[in-house]
Amino acid sequence: MRIDCPNCGSRDRREFQYLGAAVLMDRPAPDAGEQAFVEYVYFRENPAGAHRELWLHEMGCRSWIVAERNMGTHEFASTRLAADVKRGAK
Amino acid sequence: MRYSAWEVFRNGLTGNKAWKPVWRDPEPKQRYDVVIVGGGGHGLATAYYLARVHGIRNVAVLERGYIGGGNSGRNTTIIRANYMSTANVKFYSHCIKLWENLEQELNYNVMFSQRGLVALGHSDGQMEAMARRANFCQLEGDGGEVWSLEECRRQMPYLNYDDPRFPIYGAHWHPNGGTARHDAVVWGYARGADRLGVDIIQNCAVQGFRIEAGKVVGVETSRGFIGTTKVGMAVAGRSGEVAAMAGFRLPIESHVLQAFVTEGLKPVLPTVIGFGMGHFYISQSDKGGLVFGGDLDGYNSYAQRGNLPMMEHVAEAGMALMPMIGKSKLLRSWGGINDMTMDGSPIIDRSPVENFFINTGWCYGGFKAITGGGDAFAHLIATGNYHPAADKFTLKRFETGELIDETGAGPRPGRH
Repeated sequence: MRIDCPNCGSRDRREFQYLGAAVLMDRPAPDAGEQAFVEYVYFRENPAGAHRELWLHEMGCRSWIVAERNMGTHEFASTRLAADVKRGAK
Repeated sequence: MRYSAWEVFRNGLTGNKAWKPVWRDPEPKQRYDVVIVGGGGHGLATAYYLARVHGIRNVAVLERGYIGGGNSGRNTTIIRANYMSTANVKFYSHCIKLWENLEQELNYNVMFSQRGLVALGHSDGQMEAMARRANFCQLEGDGGEVWSLEECRRQMPYLNYDDPRFPIYGAHWHPNGGTARHDAVVWGYARGADRLGVDIIQNCAVQGFRIEAGKVVGVETSRGFIGTTKVGMAVAGRSGEVAAMAGFRLPIESHVLQAFVTEGLKPVLPTVIGFGMGHFYISQSDKGGLVFGGDLDGYNSYAQRGNLPMMEHVAEAGMALMPMIGKSKLLRSWGGINDMTMDGSPIIDRSPVENFFINTGWCYGGFKAITGGGDAFAHLIATGNYHPAADKFTLKRFETGELIDETGAGPRPGRH
């Protein structure tokens, strides 16, 4: 498996650390209530198809990357810098 | 037919023509009291205990593929009960006790072998943890000892005792642990359930659930609609997908765990050996192949295959521990899908849908829990109460904070 880092290009999977679903970027507001945080911390869609997820290019540029990857085939559809995704969302 | 040495002898003399298929292949009925989704070890064991312990025999087990073709046949068959958190200690101890009587109970040879399990320690601190772990095992009557370095050298002369990174200080010996043949376990439970009247329906994919007023009333399948009073979900790595059909989410990510087997060798390895610091464990199958594996690949996956970096890592760890395996050739490797929960412990509970029960989140330890998991799930479905050995595996614990985090890894499923 190779991952296309937006900064460094196509790199070996060993250079990256996996964190989890990209919903981790959408932390609820502090006053959103307990249930919102339970959902945020523990509950996941866990789809068998396209999955948005966070990878850290730890042994490269050390950027967080939002990748869209197919969980059935491991094929990457897109990779974007998490910082860009966050900025775009605002 | 009840299996016995006499039947083997008699059928041998008569050309082995009288053996019958081990379970029927029935058409699904219109309605059942309980429908179990998933014909793996847990699903079949649940159906078996529903029929035998609770007298509920109008039960169907729906399997998308064929019996033994899913994750039940994609594990490394290790059975152990050397846990430390209270909930896991009592549950896996219950499992071991059911394993010990399983072959007599099912009248089926599952090749259960309590060959013992060695967990290696590499520092003074770790040896103290091993002693504590052995005490937990002893308290449950499952046998636990601490082996000194001298004892390790005597029992396992083939290990590398000069590894500078992880020098072996000693080990925790868990004599009641061992292995069983995984397909035989599912076949045995399938046969046992079938003989009690359970319908095992293969090639029957669940496509949705009919839910009325928050209550499940039936299952839409590739072989038509099946009405039911209760649904039990036991679909291992596919829990997320099936739960989505019923309209709820789970605290679970699906991950891939690889395992490997070498060509058949003469007997060299009498126990199961766990080399936790190197992320490596190994045993030898009765056929002679060395069966070994390591940690999860670490990213979500439904692909039933992993990547080369983990294979390389496992091979390195194996060579660091047991240089003698270096000349054996790898026969094949495979990946199983694991329901990794957010605290690394399973869930046997009700779900947000009424009469819809879930048995899920076994992480990479589902095989050893087939006996107790099936027993506890059947108990919950039949009586509505938690089984005393599995009353902490609730879905609610993720809200209340009563997590059972054996490794202390936090809400990181890939790290448990």
